[in-house]
Amino acid sequence: MIKTWVTPGGVHPPENKHQSVTQGIGHLPIPEKLVIPLSQHIGAAAIPCVEVGQTVLKGQVIAKPAGVVSIPMHAPTSGTISAIEHRPIAHSSGMLAPCIEITSDGADNWIEHEGISDYEHISPAKLLEMVGNAGITGMGGAGFPSAVKLNPGRQRPIDTLIINATECEPYITADDSAIRERAEEIVEGIKILSAILDHPHNIMIGIEDNKPEAIEALAPHVDGTGISVVVFPTKYPSGGEKQLIYILTGKELPSGKLPADIGMVCINIGTTYAIKRAIIDGEPLVSRVTTVTGDAVGIQRNYDTLIGTPVSHLLTHNEYDEQAGGRVVMGGPMMGFTLPSAEVPIVKTTNCILAPSYAEIPDDEPAQPCIRCGMCAEACPASLLPQQLFWYAQAEDHERLEAHNLFDCIECGACSYVCPSNIPLVQYYRAAKGEIRHAREEKVKADHARERFEFHKQRIEQAEREKEEKRAARREAALKAKANPPAAKSETKSEAKPSSSAADIIAAAQARAAAKQASPEDQQAKLERTIAAAEQRLKVAEEKLAEAIESNSDKQAVLSAAVENTRQKLEQSKTKLAELQA
Amino acid sequence: MQEFAVILVSSILINNYVLVQFLGLCPFMGVSNKLESAIGMAAATTFVLTLTAMASYVVNALVLEPLGLIYLRTIAFILVIAAVVQFTKMFIEKTSPLLYRVLGVFLPLITTNCAVLGVALQNTSKDLNFAQSSLYGFGAGAGFSLVLIFFSAMRERLAAADVPVSFRGAAIAMITAGLMSLAFMGFSGLV
Amino acid sequence: MIELISQNPILAALAALVGLAIVFGALLGFAAEKFKVEGDPIVEQIDELLPQTQCGQCGFPGCRPYAESIANGDEINKCPPGGQSTINAIASLLDVPAPELDAEHGEESDVKTVAYIREDECIGCTKCIQACPVDAIMGAAKFMHTVITDECTGCDLCVEPCPVDCIDMLPVVETIADWRWSIPPKPGLIATDKRGELANQPVEEDAA
Repeated sequence: MIKTWVTPGGVHPPENKHQSVTQGIGHLPIPEKLVIPLSQHIGAAAIPCVEVGQTVLKGQVIAKPAGVVSIPMHAPTSGTISAIEHRPIAHSSGMLAPCIEITSDGADNWIEHEGISDYEHISPAKLLEMVGNAGITGMGGAGFPSAVKLNPGRQRPIDTLIINATECEPYITADDSAIRERAEEIVEGIKILSAILDHPHNIMIGIEDNKPEAIEALAPHVDGTGISVVVFPTKYPSGGEKQLIYILTGKELPSGKLPADIGMVCINIGTTYAIKRAIIDGEPLVSRVTTVTGDAVGIQRNYDTLIGTPVSHLLTHNEYDEQAGGRVVMGGPMMGFTLPSAEVPIVKTTNCILAPSYAEIPDDEPAQPCIRCGMCAEACPASLLPQQLFWYAQAEDHERLEAHNLFDCIECGACSYVCPSNIPLVQYYRAAKGEIRHAREEKVKADHARERFEFHKQRIEQAEREKEEKRAARREAALKAKANPPAAKSETKSEAKPSSSAADIIAAAQARAAAKQASPEDQQAKLERTIAAAEQRLKVAEEKLAEAIESNSDKQAVLSAAVENTRQKLEQSKTKLAELQA
Repeated sequence: MQEFAVILVSSILINNYVLVQFLGLCPFMGVSNKLESAIGMAAATTFVLTLTAMASYVVNALVLEPLGLIYLRTIAFILVIAAVVQFTKMFIEKTSPLLYRVLGVFLPLITTNCAVLGVALQNTSKDLNFAQSSLYGFGAGAGFSLVLIFFSAMRERLAAADVPVSFRGAAIAMITAGLMSLAFMGFSGLV
Repeated sequence: MIELISQNPILAALAALVGLAIVFGALLGFAAEKFKVEGDPIVEQIDELLPQTQCGQCGFPGCRPYAESIANGDEINKCPPGGQSTINAIASLLDVPAPELDAEHGEESDVKTVAYIREDECIGCTKCIQACPVDAIMGAAKFMHTVITDECTGCDLCVEPCPVDCIDMLPVVETIADWRWSIPPKPGLIATDKRGELANQPVEEDAA
């Protein structure tokens, strides 16, 4: 028996997993339209590289990555691009996001694709490129681009690879079913990961003891490979990265650090399968296993779902009864969120669609005042103080929140689960985190604006100084010019030709001005133009003043001054013209 | 050794200057809003108390008693305290301008802190030697710091809590101080 | 000497006090020199908290002059772009109570705005370029002027000088990337708070 550690806190909600594993992984008919959001991952959104009306094959690239932390998107089935626009997506805000819509042709034709079987002799860099090109992100829920995660850099050698098969959240059985049916391919995927990470010493599959069938399925394939299947007692939330690392190795991940900083990499088992398909079969990530469960659907089962499938498609094919339940949740009952509507697409991180009946998950009871019982602190797996975080979040005391390590909260929901007053604690932490992040961004902008302002002041001062210097120089030169007779000046001019003195500049300017004065017709035309423009400006200014007087605005003083100004200029130009014509 | 332990326990817990003898309540209430300023104030007051205990012992033993000027104790000790506080103020202004700004007017008010004068006068009435006086001064400071820090921690929590409207601010602070005082009364008779 | 003092108690008292005063005064004088403090770093710390829009709504020509004024004891509630959060931050720094924003200096607006020049009407006079405190307007005399939206702080100092009034302050559109969770409503009430300030809020009664 491999030693495991026990994380602090945690809760044991009823598992409710038996409903969705009575049958194997199913396949749904291809939906008529698929909507692929351009941002299904942490990092910059992908950039479309197709046009509306273009026909695409299954697996064809439809959006390219934008930058290093970004992934491409592929067509989940063959068809035509019917739209590239903002559509509703599965986001708590209910806002729209850019998506590509594909109308399927039903043929499901794959694009030409080819994998490599001899991954041991390919460089890790090339393997990573293939993983990146396949659009693979963390499928456990976080959605971090896998090619970036698997590339820790030379300073951070990896000695432990952890495959996360925990699936600790109730109702979800996607990974469980996948392991039962695809154990051999998954182990192949683990070997590929090992090759990418330069063969870490320690490779472990962490799995909870509520999945005996999956453990049994893995056993024959890991035999003799050096991969150990580590079974530990079921507890929510053991599947969090930090928690799993502690359970399997006893090491605590320091706050703010990545697992790669302590020589570990943690990959979800679904992602492992996708990586195997990408390298060996050459298939980009176009589908994933999603659990459809809850008492409001007639059939509860896992499906190999195409990315971009509308949730409504899944629900209709599973005999969804809208009257039986109040909502549809994407994700599990602890960390999932209620969908604003069922017309949103499945994305690469969707592991479950939960449609509970009213009896199963009743509506939220109203929150009552905190009685300071401390049960939340007992339940917290990150050893934080949820009660203090709650009070400081209510008081919006950012300093104290950061002092109590608010950003180490993994938002697992164990504290809200145990709260006897039904306080939605995680909402407070999310709101507080958002506020603090926003304040930090504002600070950065403010510092930047301050720098620009300082530079602006400097620039103005410099310009003033230079003007002063030029003025002084010109004054000196003018005095000198008066003192010296012109004959002597021409001598000095020919000598000092390269460095044109101020006197030269003045002389040249005077000559230019004299030349300009030459043509009276030009002058007259110019003056007439000036007068016309001034008259126009005066009219506009007077209209504005009349408006301002009518509406009694405070701009009256400014505007009447402007009108006066314009009128004066007009008079000046008129007098000049009269003089000229005289 | 045992004597020193007794002196410390006595001045920190049993005869705590703030909660048992009710001296020095002004900074106790005034600077306890935030933990950082409370810690700063506690450090400053302990520094002042220790130096004052030492200086006042010296002044008493070398100037007042030989010259038979015992009736000048109060004013002489005030002089000593004022000088020590002024020195502390300059020291803090130099080393931590933020703390200086935060303590604000309460720093020079340590001069009028009855706990400081109380320590100085009580030391003379107990017939102690130099070491014992200094230890009493330090213990008084430590006791003051302990209680001030506890109190400010509680006030911070109270600031974020759901206090009923009529109790917010000074009212709940006074009630808390009263409850703390009750707790400290439990130490009486320990030594 | 001792005889003189012991026979003249008043003299003794005076001598003692004066002596003590001289000794301590000397010590303090020495300390005053050793612990001399230059400048006032508190101004830096206050300036860090201000939003740097340099808009002048507080009545000072920029954020730093206002920070200096606060260091000299001015009210801390004069900055509308900073809003209540800035007031709270400054109050926390200086350990003073946090008042409401002074309406005389402007109102806090939730919507961020940036300037936009209607290019059809721009005459290229450079008046707005000179007015902008962060040089966020690109252009030159007789050339088109444009606002660099990333640099614009929304201070609206450019709107006044424009002789053709072609500058609009447009609200910044919030995208899904800007969206934040909002704090849930306060859970329940304590019985005594039902009267008074919280009496007007709807109360969820228990079914019992």
